[in-house]
Amino acid sequence: MIHRPHVDWFALAPIDALLAAAAIALLAAVLVPRRTRRTTGAAVCALGYATAFGFAIALYVRSPHGTGVVADALHRDRFTALAQIFVAGAGLLATGVSLRERMRDDHVAEYYALLAAAGSGMAFFVASNNLMTLFLGLEWLSISLYILCALDRDLIGGLEAGLKYLIVGSFGSAVLLFGSALVYGETGHLDFAGINSVHHSSLAVFGLAMLIAGLGFKSSAAPFHMWTPDVYEGAPTPVTAFMAAATKTVALVVMLRVLTTAFGQDARLWTVAVAVIAVASLTIGNLAALVQRNVKRMLAYSSISHAGFMLIAIAANNALGARALLYYLIPYAAMSIGAFAVVAARERELSVPVTFENLAGFGWERPLLGVAMWTFMFGFAGFPLTGGFVGKFYAFSAAYRHGWTWLVIVGVVATLVSLYYYLGVVRAMFMRRPEELQLAPVGGSPPRETVLQAVVVACVVVTVGSFFAVQPLIDLAKHASHALPF
Amino acid sequence: MTTTLIILPAAAALVLWVVPMNRISAGSLAVLAALAEVGVWIQMLARFDFGRGGLQFSQQRSWFSDLHVSYHVGVYAFSVWLVGLTVVVMAACIAYAFWAGRERARAYFGLMLLLDAAIVGVFTAQDLLLFYAFFEAMLIPLYVLVGVWGGPGRIGATLKFVIYTMAGSLLMLASVIVYGLQKNTFDLTKIGDSGSTWIFLGFAAAFAIKAPLFPLHGWLPDAYRESPPEVSAVLSGVVSKAAAYGFLRIGLAKFPGPSHDLRAVILALAAAGLVYGSLLAFRAPDFRGVVAYSSLAQMGLITFGIFAFNDLGLNGSVLQMVNHGLLSTTLFLLAGMVERRATTGELGRLGGMARGRPALATVLMTTGIIALAVPLSSAFAGEFLILAGVLQRGWGWAVVGAAGMVLAAMYMLRLISAVLHRDPGPSVTEAALDLRPAELGVTVPLIACLLALSAWPAAVSGHSFQRNLGALDTACDFQEFPTLPPNESFACR
Repeated sequence: MIHRPHVDWFALAPIDALLAAAAIALLAAVLVPRRTRRTTGAAVCALGYATAFGFAIALYVRSPHGTGVVADALHRDRFTALAQIFVAGAGLLATGVSLRERMRDDHVAEYYALLAAAGSGMAFFVASNNLMTLFLGLEWLSISLYILCALDRDLIGGLEAGLKYLIVGSFGSAVLLFGSALVYGETGHLDFAGINSVHHSSLAVFGLAMLIAGLGFKSSAAPFHMWTPDVYEGAPTPVTAFMAAATKTVALVVMLRVLTTAFGQDARLWTVAVAVIAVASLTIGNLAALVQRNVKRMLAYSSISHAGFMLIAIAANNALGARALLYYLIPYAAMSIGAFAVVAARERELSVPVTFENLAGFGWERPLLGVAMWTFMFGFAGFPLTGGFVGKFYAFSAAYRHGWTWLVIVGVVATLVSLYYYLGVVRAMFMRRPEELQLAPVGGSPPRETVLQAVVVACVVVTVGSFFAVQPLIDLAKHASHALPF
Repeated sequence: MTTTLIILPAAAALVLWVVPMNRISAGSLAVLAALAEVGVWIQMLARFDFGRGGLQFSQQRSWFSDLHVSYHVGVYAFSVWLVGLTVVVMAACIAYAFWAGRERARAYFGLMLLLDAAIVGVFTAQDLLLFYAFFEAMLIPLYVLVGVWGGPGRIGATLKFVIYTMAGSLLMLASVIVYGLQKNTFDLTKIGDSGSTWIFLGFAAAFAIKAPLFPLHGWLPDAYRESPPEVSAVLSGVVSKAAAYGFLRIGLAKFPGPSHDLRAVILALAAAGLVYGSLLAFRAPDFRGVVAYSSLAQMGLITFGIFAFNDLGLNGSVLQMVNHGLLSTTLFLLAGMVERRATTGELGRLGGMARGRPALATVLMTTGIIALAVPLSSAFAGEFLILAGVLQRGWGWAVVGAAGMVLAAMYMLRLISAVLHRDPGPSVTEAALDLRPAELGVTVPLIACLLALSAWPAAVSGHSFQRNLGALDTACDFQEFPTLPPNESFACR
């Protein structure tokens, strides 16, 4: 009789739920009549994400002590579960944004299948406990995203975005793989704890640098950000929303885990490296965003600069920093999805790329979306009454506790610069003269998008709510970060 | 009760935004909320125990415990007056806006009420991060109020305003983080004082820009000119006081050493602002320009009082904050009223408005006379106390302050005569009406407050920092107030 290894299926439930959703959506692409494919696909995808969300919460509650599953290839702990909650939440919202996206009906079910598959890959990626699963998860989510970017053949720039993402992203993956090989060659271990158990010499440090670069590509931190503006601009807006929220989340979360668990002994090196990357992201992201006229491009650069803010928390290498990162991701993800959802709504009205010019008057025309965008912009800029404020406060506090007051100053200056373009959106939406207003073109009123509006409202609730309910969210983050060696 | 003062306008703002209603009901609701706010404040004033001093009506709830940040609000004797100034000024401004009829009434009044809540929050917050949050939150409604409802140059004005103030605020954020984490608490009543000049400078930058102090006033003329008049009134009447309050509550109380070391610098900047602002006010070509620059001058004077470091100066500056708040609000509202009639605020095109318009003439004259600090007026009492206080720091400062008073008389009289007297200007037509009852209803209560304060200035100055037992008595109700060297006349008995 063959010995059957024990598998903790519950720990894999969020991943499996999303995989199942992807499979069912793929079947729907063939079996369901064309008319109903869109709704079926979206419903299956949403259901998958909702189930994954539920499982991730259950996992969070029932995994106070971290364990390894599947021969220790994956983690089951609160850190993983919390990240999976983020991914599932972001995916659910992104599905809502996708629903009315103008896309041909023939491939729409595949779109949702890929969306679920990408989420599944992310859930796998954040659970990874060794370099093999790390790379596997990274490729799994990336390949899904490459296709998602290019899936809409009618979208000008979509194919270009997909190709760019593929080439640059593959390069990033290759760097990560090479780094992994070097680390394995030096230490003889694949699992994170094992890597840290042996002394590291220059080869492992070289591998560490390559790992940071590889994860930097995915989190679109400068100087590994070159693909971000083009891809964010060219991809379908709901995909961009998902990438900005979820991909960045998982890349940063995994970076925190890998650096602290596998490379604890090299902390003196990587804290500096990450701080430098953070400063570069803040500088490049903010300065480039200043001159953008296309809103999606501006948001892309803003996401680069936000990677910088969150890398500050990682660079701090302390418990406060871990909490800061996990807290900050909550309002950040909500604001990103919300902002891109508003852009998507405007895009569908005008059928042209959204620029600062054609946002004019939007706030008064569509007050709900206008006020929501206002909230997101003030949130990105770190104003009070939004979670963005508390997130920045925590990140800066972590940097200070590490002893890096200079990093606090850099962050503060970056925030100041960022005001110009965030408030520029508010200015465009609300403060233009009536004669500059660009009303929606003739052809009936814009489509009623109840689902999209619900998503936007949910994002506003999270953005504002996370300002008031800091304590429960910080407790979540605190318990999750017990999985890390602080 | 303190929380009620913050929640009430915020809740009214939410109602305005969520419930559809027409312009009239939106305005009425806003005015009612603002008046209810005044009512709550009067109740607070009546129940405040001035004999006991110290922090009263305090409420505390944990916000996030790992960094020891809490929602902690409460009022000191002197902050009661600043809260009162806020609610009265906001009520007047909201009423004026209702009368003047702002477009998109629900959005407008909601923002005004939100601003009300934020400013009251600044004056009552007893937690450093909460203070910062309210201080920043003021900017959100202000940005939109100026940017949407302002004059033709509003976009540039808001941009300048936001960049200036945020530059200061973010330096303050860095200071807040460093200071709070060093002391391991953000509670202002528990946090000990600090000797770090750098942290102090972070705070000082924010306050000096918001006030503004002399070289940092670049945003002021544009913002005050391009805003709707009632928003300028709030800006110069109350928001600038938030900065002075910050100097008092945090600068002086938490950084006795650095504020002592840098006293000469700050006094010099304040003196420069006083003289320079007065001269600019004297040269300003328009009504609002005069009031705007006089506001710069007056903030210099108030800073004088704060950095005199004795209870004469402190009490004087609190009185003067209230005075100037009421005065500049009235003047900005009057500027708005004149601009509505003459379509311009340029003094060259105004004149002769007294003839046939007795109410306007009386109101402007009375306000102007109080503003130039004639003896027996409340402004005179405030400025006198400040000068007496700063005299103890050196007679030179007092001379500058006295010169400022003379200059104030010059620009105020010039303003009055340019608007009211001389021949009717090209923009003043016969059709321009006298003040309407609604306008009187807004301005007369403000002037009544000023006259009441003129009759009894000690209502404020005697009930701010402990009872005045003697010239050198102290500000003991700040339990944690500065411990200066003994010869500094500030030791708590």
